[in-house]
Amino acid sequence: MDSLKKMVVKRLAAGAVTVLVVSILIFVGVEALPGDPATAILGQQATPENLAALRKELKLDMPPHVRYFSWVSDVARGDLGRSLTNQRPVAEMIGWRFSNTLFLALAAATVAVPLAILLGMLAALYRESWLDKLLSISSLSAISFPEFFVGYILIAIFAVKLGILPGVASIHSGMGFGQKLLAIVLPTITLMLVVLAHMMRMTRAAIIGILTSPYIEMAKLKGVGRRRIIYHHAIPNALAPIINVVIMDLAWLVVGVVVVEVVFVYPGLGQLLVDAVSKRDLPVVQASGLIFACTYILLNLTADVLSILTNPKLRTAN
Amino acid sequence: MDPLLSIRELTLKGRGNDAWVTLLDKIDLDLRRGEVLGLIGESGAGKSTLGLAAMGYTRTGCRITEGSVMFDGMQLVGAPRKALLALRGTRIAYVAQSAAASFNPAHQLVHQFAETPVQRGIMDFDAARQKAERLYRRLQLPRPERIGFRYPHQVSGGQLQRAMVAMAMACDPDIIVFDEPTTALDVTTQIEVLSAIKEAIQLRQTAALYITHDLAVVAQVADRIMVLQHGRQVEEGGTRDLIDAPKESYTRDLLNVRRQKKTTISPSREVVLEVTGVTAGYTKRKNVVEEISLKVRKGRTVAVVGESGSGKTSLARVITGLLPAAQGQISFDGAVLAPSLKGRSKETLRRLRMVYQMPDVALNPRQKIRRILGRPLEFFFHMDAQAKQRKVLELLDMIEMGPEFYDRYPSELSGGQKQRICIARALASQPDLIICDEVTSALDQLVAEGILKLLQRLQDQLGVSYLFITHDLATVKAIADEVIVMLKGRIVEQGPRDEMFIPPHHDYTRRLFRSVPEMDPAWLDNLLASRDGDQLGYFERSDEPVV
Repeated sequence: MDSLKKMVVKRLAAGAVTVLVVSILIFVGVEALPGDPATAILGQQATPENLAALRKELKLDMPPHVRYFSWVSDVARGDLGRSLTNQRPVAEMIGWRFSNTLFLALAAATVAVPLAILLGMLAALYRESWLDKLLSISSLSAISFPEFFVGYILIAIFAVKLGILPGVASIHSGMGFGQKLLAIVLPTITLMLVVLAHMMRMTRAAIIGILTSPYIEMAKLKGVGRRRIIYHHAIPNALAPIINVVIMDLAWLVVGVVVVEVVFVYPGLGQLLVDAVSKRDLPVVQASGLIFACTYILLNLTADVLSILTNPKLRTAN
Repeated sequence: MDPLLSIRELTLKGRGNDAWVTLLDKIDLDLRRGEVLGLIGESGAGKSTLGLAAMGYTRTGCRITEGSVMFDGMQLVGAPRKALLALRGTRIAYVAQSAAASFNPAHQLVHQFAETPVQRGIMDFDAARQKAERLYRRLQLPRPERIGFRYPHQVSGGQLQRAMVAMAMACDPDIIVFDEPTTALDVTTQIEVLSAIKEAIQLRQTAALYITHDLAVVAQVADRIMVLQHGRQVEEGGTRDLIDAPKESYTRDLLNVRRQKKTTISPSREVVLEVTGVTAGYTKRKNVVEEISLKVRKGRTVAVVGESGSGKTSLARVITGLLPAAQGQISFDGAVLAPSLKGRSKETLRRLRMVYQMPDVALNPRQKIRRILGRPLEFFFHMDAQAKQRKVLELLDMIEMGPEFYDRYPSELSGGQKQRICIARALASQPDLIICDEVTSALDQLVAEGILKLLQRLQDQLGVSYLFITHDLATVKAIADEVIVMLKGRIVEQGPRDEMFIPPHHDYTRRLFRSVPEMDPAWLDNLLASRDGDQLGYFERSDEPVV
């Protein structure tokens, strides 16, 4: 287990470096945005004096590297700064929305991951059968549609035509858990359709890749049945690639949901990010970017640790 | 008594590129209770296919088109899947060539042992575990009570192979199919597995099909031997009869293949390569070769023998400069060479060439033969197109291949032909020394024999020297002038070949040489009988101890 601990510490250190690099990229990216925050806040009619005064107040008149270092040191102390538009602390604005994003991602993952693995196993077990072909065709079509298209089609059918589900997923703190769940049914399905296909196809491919191994032939010659070969002999060895795909998709569920959140007007971090970019609210954009980066890095680390734990060769190495 | 297994007119076809290819052609076979039948032949002879067909199993893309497989009164051809599953593992068991690849890496050995008996309700896990322990002990596995709880990667190759024999015996089957069970092992490990197999067969009078390409190996265990070639039955007979009086010329070829011997010649004076006190390793902490000193003389062959992991290939890499030596000196034709490849001149590269074990991966599949052989000519001699063509054809002629190969791709060649191309590529630069790294190991015996003869002829003609790395002592006999025995990165013994085959020896050399199976059915029994009186600890476990 020592080597595992060492690996985790190493990865965390590497992750910290990555976050630092990402912070520079975010900062440069935000700097490169056209337009001026002061104008965005005060409007086109503002006098040059007012604009200058606001810039000074927001420290926008300082050179970029000074602003970068003051931002990074603030973040390192846990202070994400205040929003330029409404002066509220960024941490407060982001906290609730990030938990909403996680809630949506979790809901989608809870359904999608077990379903994808189950369907992938079935497709591998009955490969080349009509079931496999049906799953393959439907998953390919699901991948091919952009998620906003799927989202609008679902709204059109279930909210507009049938009127059985809410088309706008606006949740707020006053709602009960059940109400919240009902509100996010459509965005969850949209997200699920996108990741389900990907995970299912990878599961199928990973299992089939293993089915040609000599130890699978050995199992057949020991008289092991088809199902047991899949779940007892193939799956344990296919876990590492499957875990990696699942985690990649989980990361996408958290950081890639911007479009879906906008389509369903869901109060998540993605929506906030889009708003903040259009209003040139730099601290909010920077903070959101950092949170996405950290999520990604942590999830990837999780994938590596889980892969090691499922592999006896790595697990028992000392 | 009716035979336990009776195969009649069995024809099996496999899907080729666009046609069905016949893999087995009207094979007849009988196996009685307690009898061991050896199936022998080169690759592509259909041995494994026949062994699997005896279990009613065909690989994907193959089908039985004709004939019958009767097992104890039951027809296996076309039998329902459930009935076949019920048979496999309980009444007919299988031992695969590579236990390392055929054990599931995700489960402990004893759980794989117990799978069939527990799943079929023959015994519960506890009983299966105890049985495994008994069998492990019987087959002389170290720490039989603990070894079952190891994962496959934690156990050495020879131990795994014995564990697989134990697994096949979990349900006391009537027949065990052994598919090249010792081919992937070192000779010293092979002995242990062979004696384990013999023990296993005698223990319960189990019948067995023993598949191998090595006549000397099968002679030790089989009562009868069947020779196969290209899916056809060449000859069948009692083991001793077949070895003493083979009827078919193909069988005679197989028998003679390991009896080739190089004529002894007096050592020449000139030293081409001299290695002095060389030590090297991939990491700073551990050396893979230590204090190696050797000489290769002009027009002579030095064979380096040793088991896998003894540092033979690493030594080749050190000499070629791929793995720079940390200590010691390598001199070539009197001049000291830079330890690393980067520091060496083009002229050195030209004079010191290498041929690899796997011709399949050593040739670029996207280049035609003319380009593969033309490259060194261009690189070392700046030949123009015409000269190059002439020289390539000349090289092809030297390796006994016709001009029709000039425009072919490697994929259109057989394994032996590919290895010839590799040799020609090394020869193209007119080297003084060629390092041959297990160049015949991946080839069938008759093909390998052809390669050895070719190498010898080229040496006689061109005066090129070889450093010949091999694990096979028959190859050593056939090609070497001098022999170096390596163990754990060190040279334990070296000298002229003829002296090496005469005792007294270093313990390890003695064990290595005595482990080579001889074409005598009584060889293994005699060897095993002598083991108690063996003062030198012949049967001391070479495998690492189990923690």
